[in-house]
Amino acid sequence: MKSDRGDIELAGVCKSFDGVTNVVDGVNLRIADGAYCCFIGPSGCGKTTILRMIAGHEDPTAGEIVIGGQNVVGLAPVQRRTAMMFQSYALFPHLTVRENIAFALRVRGMPKRDRLRAADAMIEKVRLTQFAGRLPAQLSGGQQQRVALARAAITEPRVLLLDEPLSALDEQLRVQMRQELRRMQQELGITFIHVTHTQLEAIALADLVVVMEQGRIKQAGAAREVYAHPYDRYVAEFMGGQNVLSGRVEKVNGTSFTLAQAAPAGIEVPLKARSSIKVGDKIDIAVRRDDVALVRPGKELPPGCSTSLPSRVLAIEYQGYFVKVMLDTVPDDGFVAYVPEKTFFADPFTVGDVVMATWATGSALPLA
Amino acid sequence: MQPSSAQTPPRANLAGWLYVSPLVIVLVPFFVAPILVVLVASFFATDGFGGLTPGFTLASYVEVLHSALTLKLYLATIKFTVLTWTFTLFIGFFVAYFLVFHVRSQLLAIGLFLLCTVPFWTSNIIRMISWIPLLGKEGLINQALLGTGAIGQPLEVLLFSDLAVVIAYVHQLTIFMIVPIFNSMARIDKKLIEAAIDTGASRFDILRLIVVPMSKSGIALGTIFVVSIVMGDFFVVKVMSGGGSASVVSAFYEDVGVLQYPTAAASAVLLTLVLVAVVSLILRTVDIRQEIAR
Repeated sequence: MKSDRGDIELAGVCKSFDGVTNVVDGVNLRIADGAYCCFIGPSGCGKTTILRMIAGHEDPTAGEIVIGGQNVVGLAPVQRRTAMMFQSYALFPHLTVRENIAFALRVRGMPKRDRLRAADAMIEKVRLTQFAGRLPAQLSGGQQQRVALARAAITEPRVLLLDEPLSALDEQLRVQMRQELRRMQQELGITFIHVTHTQLEAIALADLVVVMEQGRIKQAGAAREVYAHPYDRYVAEFMGGQNVLSGRVEKVNGTSFTLAQAAPAGIEVPLKARSSIKVGDKIDIAVRRDDVALVRPGKELPPGCSTSLPSRVLAIEYQGYFVKVMLDTVPDDGFVAYVPEKTFFADPFTVGDVVMATWATGSALPLA
Repeated sequence: MQPSSAQTPPRANLAGWLYVSPLVIVLVPFFVAPILVVLVASFFATDGFGGLTPGFTLASYVEVLHSALTLKLYLATIKFTVLTWTFTLFIGFFVAYFLVFHVRSQLLAIGLFLLCTVPFWTSNIIRMISWIPLLGKEGLINQALLGTGAIGQPLEVLLFSDLAVVIAYVHQLTIFMIVPIFNSMARIDKKLIEAAIDTGASRFDILRLIVVPMSKSGIALGTIFVVSIVMGDFFVVKVMSGGGSASVVSAFYEDVGVLQYPTAAASAVLLTLVLVAVVSLILRTVDIRQEIAR
């Protein structure tokens, strides 16, 4: 019995190429049918290897890969009903766009007329009708990407795997093709698994963001969850948008604890439910860059702010709708405030100014 | 001349000529001049004792073209060429395929590739003579077959026969197929093979639809090597057939031997024209320049 569902379960998946180090090290994950899932991490973190194992181009050293309720380890890509879109697309250079897209149908033995008709329908879907007779080398990067997408999608796979699909495109095209990928995913209604090292891409597209480090999953969750509530320092720094501070716990009361820091009064951080934080623990906390407000010394802190850290302005970058202010708040790590443009220019700072960096107590987040 | 060359400054033109000058210096005295000499000689008359009379006569061509022997020799040569081409292509293609797609370690592949060239460390003649103890009447193969009782009489067809000629050609020329095919196959992105597997292509589909079309330039180059060498050879035919067969070149080698220079020259010009036609046919089928630029 073949299932049409494209839900995926990875159970204890490991991969080692040399028998010594695990490139993928005990990954457990469940991806819902029809989800858009992004694997994200620095190069060498094992994300592409996981993708290739799901695709059937690599066998796991240990563990199970279940697609639609069926363990697919050892099956060929066709039997898994997965299709892969390769990094740099791997289009057949000697075949036209139409022939490239019809290739999968050709090797399945579909008669020429039927397969060309099916290919033409797909070509229309990716809006390449006028280029159907061209060779891949005669297409732009974005067009090649659409051909690759169409070639993968024509077999009606239940899972489409995309290996850094946007990395070969320039910035503007990347944003445009990003939307196109999402549109195709919704149109096809199948599971997409997308590997990337660009945070923006992941959070813009994915229902499920999986952050990886050295073969392990650091955090998996909805885009907003991963961005706004990073699990630890690694995720916070990798996803960006957060200031990470570390310190020793000085006081713990029922609802919050205080972190010893440069600030005279320490940093007050709300306590998570059932947290085991004790006095004396060394701990990291995260504060979103756009939650940080900058106040000139001696002025009233905004309501809800109990912590204020004296800092010097190191650099200022104008970013359009906000201004990026870099501060020396903490000795070793960078500390950045994203100040809304209008707020900033109401009372602009210059490099070297002393300011108080503050934030609403509730917005600080203890990390694991 | 392209119209644009009129606009290029003379200095750039000079630089261009300088770039090609080494090739010109080699080609003119060692290729163009001898060809011209042969071409001119083919129109000369002869006194039958090696003396040439300058002039213009088509007598030699008429003689060559009217001879029934010419047709016979061309048919024999084409037979050797087609057989040799078929076997070298088959063996060469699969040796290259094995080296490129089945040997995982690149170092091993290069090692095995170099191994293919080992026979070329000895001379052509030694390589041919080495077949005698193998194929001869008392040779290893006959001994083995007699020993197992598969045959009662030694097989005479093995040596000094057309079979032996083809064996020797294949032995000598397969490398000329392996090298260019290996080269064009090695440039096929392995991701393409993976992408084909991903779409459900079988091994044979991949071979037929991806590897062969993308090795076309290598196949064409190898074909040019093999065809032109076989068609231009007489030595292997002479030695390995034991004098039983002849090729086009054997005939004009004989002509030279009996001082019939103009007919030899006319035959040579004719063969050159045939080869030019064959090569241009190959180049017409496969756009090597485009394939290489890919």
